[in-house]
Amino acid sequence: MTIEFDNNQPIYLQIMNYMKGEIVTGKLKPGDKIPSVRELAAELQINPNTVQRTFQELEREEIVETRRGMGRYVTGNEQTILTIKKEMAQDVLERFFRGMQELGFQSEEILTAVAENIASRTKS
Amino acid sequence: MDRILQVENVTKKYGSKHALNGVSLELGAGKIVGLLGSNGSGKTTLMKLIAGLAQPTSGKISVLGVPVGEASKSLVSFMPDCPLTESWMKVGDALKFQQDFYPDFDLGKAKNMLEFMKLRESDKVSTLSKGMSERLQLTMVLSRRASLYILDEPIGGVDPVARTKILNALMEFYEEDSTILLSTHLVTDIERIFDEVIFIKEGELVLHSEVEDLRLQRGKSIDELFREVYAEC
Repeated sequence: MTIEFDNNQPIYLQIMNYMKGEIVTGKLKPGDKIPSVRELAAELQINPNTVQRTFQELEREEIVETRRGMGRYVTGNEQTILTIKKEMAQDVLERFFRGMQELGFQSEEILTAVAENIASRTKS
Repeated sequence: MDRILQVENVTKKYGSKHALNGVSLELGAGKIVGLLGSNGSGKTTLMKLIAGLAQPTSGKISVLGVPVGEASKSLVSFMPDCPLTESWMKVGDALKFQQDFYPDFDLGKAKNMLEFMKLRESDKVSTLSKGMSERLQLTMVLSRRASLYILDEPIGGVDPVARTKILNALMEFYEEDSTILLSTHLVTDIERIFDEVIFIKEGELVLHSEVEDLRLQRGKSIDELFREVYAEC
């Protein structure tokens, strides 16, 4: 796994988003084992404490679960994964809307623009 | 959390010049801490004081509650900015030298590290490149079972590939309950391995914080902050 880190953002958040992406797109499946703190830290060349923090946050959001003495696994709860997927989609939409509004588009115009874009995609 | 290092109001004067002026800080266990500052800011002086190689003019330093002195030497492993080795040595001699000096030296770990570093015991120290020499120094220092490792510019003057190798070795071989204090002025390459950073400027401590908190609060990289703090130097 490779992540292009942006040093301006907290690294644990970047790894979290990366892991969420892997889960939502099915590259990591429900019930899959995830790497250990040491493995991931060595692979990404970052501090193990940072990876630890990532995993703690993912556990808190119930996206991964720890099985005693066995390691950490992706949650088997499809509902949780669906919720993350929606949250991530919401983030993308927020950014899109902010961008369009900065360009001076009103809600209706944005709707038209999106509809036209979709229509042109399905044609080609 | 265990307190590994405590520095209380430490001042060091060389003649009338203040190398350090009223520096206080504490480090907990299991951290990798960056000591950042431009040349001449007092990084090396602070490290020497912690290692017990120089005495503060005033103030107190203790490691795991033990005042710095003879008793603290077994707790602190110091990598100075000049080589620990002699030119007549082979790599194997360098390890033996370290083993003779320090009962806590772990030869097994040292041999593992040598392999990771792609060094051979038969290599002559005098023929090692700068990067290889730094790898050897790091092996000698990290193979001691200490509580606090102090590394003065371990990646200074080393090319980017060797730098990555050295950082990987740090990640791979550091003991999680010990603490590493590492000085550098090359911030970009290394900032993602730090838990905390300390900025010193003209002998005074200007910032000591968790790096992720800094990024979260300021939306900036440590490198950018570094450039801001030292802009006028």
